[in-house]
Amino acid sequence: MDNKQFAVRCTGLKKRYKDVVAVDGLDLEVSVGECFGLLGPNGAGKTTTVEILEGLLTPNAGEVEILGMRWGSHDREIRQRLGVQLQETKLAEKLTVEETLRLFCSFFSNARDVDEILDIVQLQEKRRSWVSRLSGGQLQRLSVACALVNYPDLLFLDEPTTGLDPQSRRQLWDLILDFKLRGGTIMLTTHYMEEAHRLCDRVAIIDHGRVIAEGTPGELIARLGAEHVLEFALENGVRPPDDWLLTLPGVQQVSYKGAAISLTVTEVHEAVPALLTGLAERQLTLTQLSTHHATLEDVFVSLTGRHLRDG
Amino acid sequence: MARTRGAGGPLLELTRARWLEFAREPEAIFWVFVFPVLLAGGLGLAFRNRPAESLKIGVADRVGAEAIAAALEGAPGLAPDVLGEGEALEALRTGKLALVVIPGDSTTYLFDPTRNDGRLARLKVDDAIQRAAGRTDPKLVRDHQLDQPGSRYIDFLIPGLLGMNLMGSGMWGIGFNLVQTRRRKLLKRYLATPMRKSHFLASFVLSRLLFMVLEVAALVGFGWLVFGVQVRGSMINLLIVSVIGALAFAGLGLLTASRAQTIEGISGLMNFVMMPMWIFSGVFFSYTNFPESMQPFIQALPLTPLNDALRSIMLDGAPLGENLARLAAIGAWGGLSFLAALKLFRWS
Repeated sequence: MDNKQFAVRCTGLKKRYKDVVAVDGLDLEVSVGECFGLLGPNGAGKTTTVEILEGLLTPNAGEVEILGMRWGSHDREIRQRLGVQLQETKLAEKLTVEETLRLFCSFFSNARDVDEILDIVQLQEKRRSWVSRLSGGQLQRLSVACALVNYPDLLFLDEPTTGLDPQSRRQLWDLILDFKLRGGTIMLTTHYMEEAHRLCDRVAIIDHGRVIAEGTPGELIARLGAEHVLEFALENGVRPPDDWLLTLPGVQQVSYKGAAISLTVTEVHEAVPALLTGLAERQLTLTQLSTHHATLEDVFVSLTGRHLRDG
Repeated sequence: MARTRGAGGPLLELTRARWLEFAREPEAIFWVFVFPVLLAGGLGLAFRNRPAESLKIGVADRVGAEAIAAALEGAPGLAPDVLGEGEALEALRTGKLALVVIPGDSTTYLFDPTRNDGRLARLKVDDAIQRAAGRTDPKLVRDHQLDQPGSRYIDFLIPGLLGMNLMGSGMWGIGFNLVQTRRRKLLKRYLATPMRKSHFLASFVLSRLLFMVLEVAALVGFGWLVFGVQVRGSMINLLIVSVIGALAFAGLGLLTASRAQTIEGISGLMNFVMMPMWIFSGVFFSYTNFPESMQPFIQALPLTPLNDALRSIMLDGAPLGENLARLAAIGAWGGLSFLAALKLFRWS
């Protein structure tokens, strides 16, 4: 098999911290030019996985191949070609934007011009501002800018838009999409479904350090067997029996979250009247009812019975 | 398509960044430059050598008073005044005069023997009067007064403060910054680039050397301008010793900070390491004040040979050759600390 076609490949990845297993036998393949998303709740092992792939952590077991090379024998060559944005990094507060970028540029043998990067991330006006004076969105763009200084072939972004307002988020998305358009490979972690849907060609859903589903966002949603999700709740948190709900027309799956009951359904216009009629017959009162198109979030719920944000 | 790199390569850019961060931290500037100067100023003022005050002597207005007053006038440290007898006695009683001379066939001294200045005046006045009357001293003696630059407390203090400052700013400058970088996960971020670890560590040491030159200039300059403290030896030698000292404490700072993850942790560790040297290494007073049994321990501390070497160059004008053993001890501390730090260093 030709390794060169994969930007990232790992098999049987395992990482233990004392008594916690963070990554538990994880396999991934990311093709060159692809935007690949790692989805999962906090603590699922996304960051640990990414840091192993970035060569910052050593796995207890498993093989990693980055751009056809291995950590331990080609570290500097790999790093010359990687762009990395870490989730928790706080850049030096008392350096200016320009000074920070200059510093990062100096580490690479093929760095961009500082002006060029400032243009890309639209921080020209802030070039002489201290890092401590930047807004959240500007900081995040600077952080991504530092990852772009070396024309990377592979860009790792760990929750790049967490905590950002919608406008800043969209600005970053544009940046990422632009990088992808130019042929770059991206590995992204997120717990925003919309972000994964919008940016990623393929996603892997991770839970408890393992991949529980993998495919294009469309494929994963299709695996639910239904395109819509119907959510409702009943007075006093009553739960009607599963087997009745599954007999309703078009209902594929039933799951619960607290008092909320969610059904994945193929046809909303058939399921809703049947549900209402059935509830009336049983003299149960609705306190809430809503429907939406199935998302990756629903995929996660259907696979784990939990929501992504539950942690 | 390669473009311009950071102007000076990674080591230079890292050192530059370190320097800028330091220079933009007002607290750091205060503790490294202003505090030692204030300390030197305060202590130099408190322990300055006061000129001895003249003793006020009354001479009763009788026959021969003028001659006696003239004799006293010629003696150092006496301020005679010819007064009416009643007035003189009143002034003596209220402590305005140290002694009253009453001229006559036998000259009489009136003074209070329980007062120091009275007893002292008695000796000096008698000495002056006897000499004026023709007494000669059979034994030739010479006074050597210790108020010359080079032997005052401030002269002892400035090299000690210099040593203490080289230690303090080396340890704090490196330790604090390093732990901060580690804690902010910035160290991890740097490691994700092709940056060389040796460049990263060397940038701390290099930036320390830059600050060191300024620190030495500030403190030595202050001592010279305000107290006339001179560097008897060569400035080059002083700088060489300072460089070795700064490097040694940079190494010790790296070692101290090699594993700490929090600012609280590193602060405690730094104080723990430096406290014995503040006390024992002869910064503010000579370490010979401590018992003999403690001397081997005191000599083993790195600040002790540094302070000794700085003093020998500043005060005695000693050449480097006399300080080789001291410099070797300081260098050994630095080298071993640096090696240990490399082994122990926590990069993530």
